Order: sequence, then C-alpha cells, then structure tokens
Amino acid sequence: MTDVLNLTLVELVEKIKKKDLSSKEITKAYVERSEKSKKLNTYITEDFKNALKKADNFDNSPDFDKKLPGIPIAVKDLFCTKNLRTTAGSKILENFVPTYESTVTNNIWNEGAILLGKLNCDEFAMGSSNETSFFGNVQSPIGEKLVPGGSSGGSASALAAKLTPTTIGTDTGGSIRQPASFTGTVGLKPTYGSCSRYGIVAFASSLDQAGPMTRDVKDCALLFGVISSYDNKDSTSINFKRKNYLKELSKSMKGKKIGIPKEYRLKDMPKEIEKLWQKGIAIAKDSGAEIVDVSLPNTNYALPTYYIVAPAEASSNLARYDGVKYGFRANGKNLIDMYEKTRSEGFGNEVKRRIMIGTYVLSSGYYDAYYLKAQKVRRLIKNDFDEVYKKVDAILTPSTPSSAFKIGEKTDDPVSMYLNDIFTVPINLAGLPAISIPAGHDEKGYPLGLQIIGKAFDEQNILNIAYSLEQEIKFKNKMNDWWM
Amino acid sequence: MTIDLKTVKHISKLARISIEEEKAKKLAGDLNSIFDFIEKLNELKTDKVEPLASIAKTTLKLRSDEIKSQNIREQILKNSPEDNKDFFVVPKVVE
Amino acid sequence: MSAKESDYIIKRNKNNYEVVIGLEVHAQVLSNSKLFSTSATKFGAEPNTQVSLVDAAFPGMLPVINELCIKQAVKTGIGLKAKINKRSIFDRKNYFYADLPQGYQISQYKDPIVGEGSVVLDLPTGEKTIGIERLHLEQDAGKSIHDIDPQNTLVDLNRSGVALMEIVSKPDLRSPEEVNAYIKKLRSIMRYLGTCDGNMQEGSLRADVNVSVRKKGEKEFGTRCEIKNVNSIKFMQMAIEYEANRQVDVIEEGGSIDQETRLFDTKKNETRSMRSKEDAHDYRYFPDPDLLPLEIKDDFINDIKKSIPELPDEKKKRFIEKFDLSAYDANILVSDIETSKYFEEVIKNSDVKLSTNWITGELFALLNDKNLEISKSPISAKNLSKLINLIKDGTISGKIAKSVFEIMVTDDKNPVDIVKEKNLKQQSDPKELEKLIDKVVNENPDKVKEYKSGKEKLFGFFVGQAMKASGGKANPQLINDILKNKLK
Repeated sequence: MTDVLNLTLVELVEKIKKKDLSSKEITKAYVERSEKSKKLNTYITEDFKNALKKADNFDNSPDFDKKLPGIPIAVKDLFCTKNLRTTAGSKILENFVPTYESTVTNNIWNEGAILLGKLNCDEFAMGSSNETSFFGNVQSPIGEKLVPGGSSGGSASALAAKLTPTTIGTDTGGSIRQPASFTGTVGLKPTYGSCSRYGIVAFASSLDQAGPMTRDVKDCALLFGVISSYDNKDSTSINFKRKNYLKELSKSMKGKKIGIPKEYRLKDMPKEIEKLWQKGIAIAKDSGAEIVDVSLPNTNYALPTYYIVAPAEASSNLARYDGVKYGFRANGKNLIDMYEKTRSEGFGNEVKRRIMIGTYVLSSGYYDAYYLKAQKVRRLIKNDFDEVYKKVDAILTPSTPSSAFKIGEKTDDPVSMYLNDIFTVPINLAGLPAISIPAGHDEKGYPLGLQIIGKAFDEQNILNIAYSLEQEIKFKNKMNDWWM
Repeated sequence: MTIDLKTVKHISKLARISIEEEKAKKLAGDLNSIFDFIEKLNELKTDKVEPLASIAKTTLKLRSDEIKSQNIREQILKNSPEDNKDFFVVPKVVE
Repeated sequence: MSAKESDYIIKRNKNNYEVVIGLEVHAQVLSNSKLFSTSATKFGAEPNTQVSLVDAAFPGMLPVINELCIKQAVKTGIGLKAKINKRSIFDRKNYFYADLPQGYQISQYKDPIVGEGSVVLDLPTGEKTIGIERLHLEQDAGKSIHDIDPQNTLVDLNRSGVALMEIVSKPDLRSPEEVNAYIKKLRSIMRYLGTCDGNMQEGSLRADVNVSVRKKGEKEFGTRCEIKNVNSIKFMQMAIEYEANRQVDVIEEGGSIDQETRLFDTKKNETRSMRSKEDAHDYRYFPDPDLLPLEIKDDFINDIKKSIPELPDEKKKRFIEKFDLSAYDANILVSDIETSKYFEEVIKNSDVKLSTNWITGELFALLNDKNLEISKSPISAKNLSKLINLIKDGTISGKIAKSVFEIMVTDDKNPVDIVKEKNLKQQSDPKELEKLIDKVVNENPDKVKEYKSGKEKLFGFFVGQAMKASGGKANPQLINDILKNKLK
C-alpha cells in the first residue's frame, strides 16, 4: 500500500497545502485501490472519471484556504448529490438522479473536496449489517463474509479498507457508531439539529443525523466542523455557535467527570465487552478523570421505544415513493394497483416490515397505546440523561454488544438484529451527541468500540475525551487486504 | 396482542403495498415477534408524562412570504416515469 | 334581535324533519408564496410551473413555514371573534392520492391555531349566531385532471402546498338559506381582512357539507353524511336539499343512514356515495417531526389586532346609528368590502339617502346586467357622487339623472359636464314654468272644467302636458306646486 493511502485526512490536507502532494495523486491512488476492491461491494455509484477531472481542475487552480482542498471523498448513498445517481440502497430509487445537492455534502464540496462516488448502505438506512441493500451485501475488510455493520456499512467498509480517506454517514439508531465499532474506525453522531437534514433521504425525521466517519479523532473534528451548519431550509436545524473543533481539540482529562451507567451492563454481556469497558474506564481514570457510577433507569425501554418511533416516522416519510413523480414504477391497471405493485416490488423486505410496523402503530385505535406512549417514554429517557448530566460531563459505554458477525447470521430473526443497537439507540432518542472510537479486539481479532456520550451541543468535550483515550489506546486495525 | 393475517392485509392496504398470501403469513410471524418485544413499554406508567415534542428548546422558525422558487418544471418532471413535458401522468383512479 | 327558528322542514307522511348542517369551509390564504415552500400561489399558471422541489416531495425535502400565513390565520380568527391558541401543532394526515405528492398532507389535528368563535348571520327573520368550532392551517392538494387522457389521469401540482384555512362550523345551520348567509358572511369577513379573496370560481373558497336529519323536537343528532368539495353556494344548497330528502326517505322506509362521504353530481343534481365501506380512510395523524410546535406571543397577536379594519357587523351598526339607514340597506352596503368602500366614498360629499338608493338601485342593476364586480364599476364613486349632488341641488330631476347615468356608463365623465353639453339642466324658474303651464291650461279648457268638477285623475294629464311642453326639463316638484295653484 502506498504512503498516500496511509495518511489521515488532516495529514493529507497539510500535504496538499504544502504542495507535497497533488489532488491528482491522492485521487488517483484512491481510485486505483477502489477499482481493485469491488469484491467488498462498497460503491453503488462510482464517479471516478469525474473525480480525476475535478482533481486536475483543482491542481490547475488550487485554493489552499479551503478546509478540504482537493481531497477525494466518497459519501453514503443517502445524501442527494446533484446530477449523480442517489439510490438510498433501494430499487425504488435505482435510477433517480437528483437535480439538487444536500446541505451537508454541499458544505463538503464548498471546502474544496471532490466526490469519488456513492457508498452502499442498508435500504433507506434500515438495517444494522448492510444486508438489506438492493445493490447487494457489503463485506467488511476486517474479514471475509463479515458484516461491516449498518446502515452506513458501505461507508465504514470503504473507510477501513482505505478506499476513501474519510467519509460521512447517517445515524438514526446507531448507523454510524455501530459500523465504526465493527470496522475499527471512528464515527460521530452529532447532536440532533447540528447538521442539516436537507437533501438527505429521510428515514426517521426526529432521529436522523448526518455525521463524520473517519480514521481518527482529529479527522473527525475537522470533518465535523465542515458539515455542521445552521440551515434555514431545515426547520429542525439549530442556530448555535459552532466551534473550531480541530483547533480546540485537547487531550486534557483533568477534572472531567465520566459517568458509567449501570443499566448498560447487560445480563449475559460477553466478557470481552465488559473487559473493553473496564479498559476504557481505567485509561480515563489514569488520565485524570473522575469515574462516577450513574443510573439511566429507563435504558431497557429504549429499544422498544425506538422500534415504535422510527418505523412510524418512516412509514410516513416513505409514502412519497409511489411511482408518480420519480423512481421505479410498476405497471398497474389503475392507480391503487400501480401503487401497490410499485411499492411491493420497489421496497425490500426489511423496509416493508418497518413500514408495516409504523403504519400499524399509528393506526386508528393504536396511536395512544404505541406512538404516544413511545414519545412519553422518550421523554423519560431524555430526563434520565438530563439528571445524570447534573453530575457528570460525559458518559462512557461500549458501542456494541458484540463484534462483527457473519453475513446471513442474523437475517432470519429481525429482533436479534435489532438488539445490535442496544447501546446506541438511547442517544438518538435523547438527541445527544456520541462518538465511537476503536478500543480493542475480541478473541477473533475483530475490532470493538467504546462510546462517549455527551451533553447536547457539547461535541468539543466528547471529541476531547475521545482524543485522549485514542492516544492512550493506540488502536491499530489488523487488516490483510483479504479481498485483493 | 397478536397480529393475524386479516390485520396484515388491512395494514398492507393502508400502506399501499401488495403482499402475497405466503409472504403475508411470514410477515405476520415477524410482526408478532417484533410486537412482543415492543409490548415491554406497557410496564411503564406514563399517564402524567408529557410526550417529547422536540429535542431542542427552540420554537418553529418563521420564513418571510417571498417567492424564491422559480419555474423549474423541467427539473420537476425530469425523473418522471412518463414522458410528458407538462404533467405527471398516472393510471386512472377507479371510482 | 334574534331570528325565529328556521322553518325549513321536510314533511313526509305526517312527520316533520328538520335538517342539521355543519360546514367545513376551505379558504385559500392570500399570500405570495405557499405555506411550507417558496413557490408562487397565483391562480391560472401553466401546469407545474409553480412547483418547487419541496412541493413535489423529492427525497430529502423539508417544510419551512410562511410567517404571513400564520398571521392571516390569526387575523381571520380575530375576525371570527375566536380564541387564538398560542401553541399549536402541525400534524401529518396520511393517505395516498395522485395529487398528494408527500403521501400525507400537513394539517393541524388536535391543537389548531384558532379555537372557538362565532359568526352572526343577517337573515330576513333577524340575526342568528352560528358557532365556529375551530380554524386551522393546512396544505392544499394539487389537481387531478381526468378528462384529457382517456387512459390516464394528468396531475398538476401548482396548487399543491398552497395555504388553506379550514374553518369548521358547529352544527348550527338549519337550512340552505342559512348556509347561503353563512358562506357570504365568512367570505365578506375574510375579504374585509384581506386574508382570502373568496373567489369561488377560482377555487379560493370551497366547502365540505355535513348533513343529517332528525324529527322536529328530537334532541339527538341523526347520522350525518359528508358531501365533499362543493364549490358554489348554489350547488351547496342543491346538495343539501337532495341529501336531506334522501335521508328522510331512507328513514321513512325504515332504514338507517350509513355515515359516509358523498359527492355532489352537478349534472344529475344528486349526491352519490364516494367511498366503499372498506376503503374508509385511517389518516394515522401524528405530529409532523419535521416541524416544531408553533408558539406565538401576545405581541404578535396584538400587532395583528391593531391591523384589523372595521368589520361588517361593526360597520353595519355604525351605518344604522350614524346615518339612520334601515337594517336591510345597511346589510347590502356592508356585505362586501368593495361595496362599503364605494358607498363611503360617495357619501363623503353626497346625501346619504340618495346615495343609498342610487347605489342599491341603479348601480346594482347596472352591475348585475353587465356581470361586473363593483370594483370594476364603469361609473366611479366620485362621479356618482357628483350626479347625486346635481339632483340634490335641483339642477336636474331624478328622471333626467337616469339619462345622465346611462351616458356615464359608456363614458365615465363628470356629470356636470354632461348636463352642460346636453343642455339637460332642468327648468326651475317659476316664472318660465308659469308661462308654460298657463299655455297648457289655456289650450285645454274642457279638461280643466272636468278636473274642477271632480275628476282628480286628470291632474296627471296636465303634469304630463307641462313636462312635454318643457321638453322633459321642467322641475317636476315646481310643476306640481304651480299647477295645483292654477287649478284651484
């Protein structure tokens, strides 16, 4: 592997600014490696020719004041990219070409970056293993036939396999943090409202957030600073003062109070997960942090709450995929027949399952018992965090209850698949920020992640804590490029 | 709470997704196991709890009454499955 | 003065049924851009030229609310003497239809922006207050065109996303006549406020009509049927008549009414069932997660209160008290804001009584004949005022004025000029008139004899002759007085 591919995003930016590397050199390296890595099935749409052209253009008239000058980046296929096919991993958008750009990706291109292509994901972001995509499963570079996690599986896999120097994903119930944990990479789900949802194919509106997926915490801080912005085209976007997250990154743990929630200690939790957690706690303590035992009493109700709220919102958000205005349309003898066939053929099984759940929990007679109840429990979950944050600055937990599993291992049992999100889901329900950093390996040698949860809009703090732990842990992904 | 085949058919009609008999049976099974899992919420007493309307302590931002979007008919119809430059075309509704 | 109970009764086999009606009026908000998107709202544009990415529900598109539409809703609520809710929620109403691109309509369900209010109707039998249940904001749908292509339906999304105010009445209406008065009153109030132009031909105002019947004296409401999307008052009245009779027939035959949605067929003049029972809509309302709750402050509401003009009820009261107009006349003059503006312009400089008569008489007849709105009157308020003044100061008679009026229809000139040019000034010189009358009297000795011996009807003959001799210009009042004297 050439040196270029081993540089972090921050290092690449430095090298470009110093003219040690050209955009063309970097882009070419990534394009070549990507072309040799089709087995991983990380790309749905490649835009390599255009990327190389754009790289040339950049080199001809470079702007070194940008934050991502000439950097090639591939993004999750949930972000609408102007004039480049955007599918959301679904047949129903198989040939959809947006005439507009999402705000988050627009922010990235405005800072000089170049689009490499669109990365595979679970259909409509519904999944935890990237096994529900119409465009086929993604394999993890960690090991053959391993899932990369999901729904941002293509992003995590491409990132870990070094097919893109950095990337962005979306996280509704853990879709950035869980694949980050499975692939030994860093993933941040920001505070709800800090990154615009405009132009992102919607799954569950009150939970979706775009976020950076990177090789290390510094890269994460840089990329977060680029994508986070107030957008008046998104009514849920929050106007708060954004920091220079990279500049203010600091390792100091002195005086920080880290909460350890007892409810995250699952019954029958694998020993390796507990070991990892203890390792994280010890490092934090040694670095000067105060460890505080805390309680988040309603943690166990988070997953059931999520599996009411998310499908309910999704069932409504996906109603627009009806074959009328864009996307796949099946032949029907009348309008209703057309709708039913289009949506039956256009959506995969997991999506259909969730639409059914969502439709049911909102339906007449059930709204109070399910959706309204879930929104009330959501408040209880948020209140738990508010209480705990009176005593601590951040919370430390494992990211996932296991390492990556094999493709096909959990596809028969939807509930066992849902349990993957047990540590990540409460954070989305409460709208808080959380970052997953790789912290160790299990017996099989697969990566495991630790999650740092912060207060709302306090990304700087969790980035700092993550940075501090990362520097101590010195995690290295054990990869052998098995697919090449 | 058991979800039977009749319910699956009713929901699929509401959701405008056609489901074959065999698939409907499997779906009923899946939905039942998911709902068993969701039913856990019944353990909690939430009568006096306010539902969470929004995470942020902010209110709806208001936009001024300006026309910013121009005639973009070509763009709007560009991805349409039928080839008509003025309208969206769909099969007739059966009244 | 409260109206008598409505006497609209349907009699069948010795049973008397009364009709209970509730209306859900959909009024398009007057605004430049749509409720949640920035495209234009003008009527009559080429298909799909006022459609944004948000309107067409493209992936990733999000709603952003128009402040003016909120103000218009609050303003209308104040005009309806209703409670303004400082906190309200936007909900999604989920269903599938070709002209509903999102697969849901953004509306308000449990927490509307405006609560209970009332509207006073002016009926021939007196005043009646109709309760308003609520007013909420929602998106309009696009248009489905079924009759251009035989195989397919064409969809135009220009209207999709335009702001609507849905005004729900309490079931207080009892007759087609009351419905007429109610729609007219609502329309009038909104036109005064400038919140809706009430143009039913363009679809700015439509209604769903809920009809049920019950035996006179019963306290319980009967099962109601909803007749959807009726876009003219005439059709509303016809639909109510048909539907009420249909329901009475069903009940009289021993059947019961199915609660259902119906359409009014304007060709056959009957209502028919719209949906089969299985297709009953379950809208699965839930708060729209793309929108936060709407909170408005007292300042916001008070600023709007300050901008409210004098409304029809207040104006009517003032006209009656200040100008001593009859309730009937006052009603006509305030019912439409343009009429009241015209009237107030005219009476700035003219006699109120004459102005009232000329506007409600000659002018309205003219406008009716030419099918014009008063805002497009061929005769300006200023010039009508001048004409009325010429009558008042005796320059011309009422009869002459009518001729001048005719001339002004084609040429809105200053009537003073017209009178001068056409030499229409009436003859009011008593000496001249006396000369004239003397001539008539002298030329008709027999008739004079007849008159003096008791045939009083002949007075009209002399008046006629005198007028003829004067070329129609004689001042009729003076003719009368002088003649009376002469023929004593």
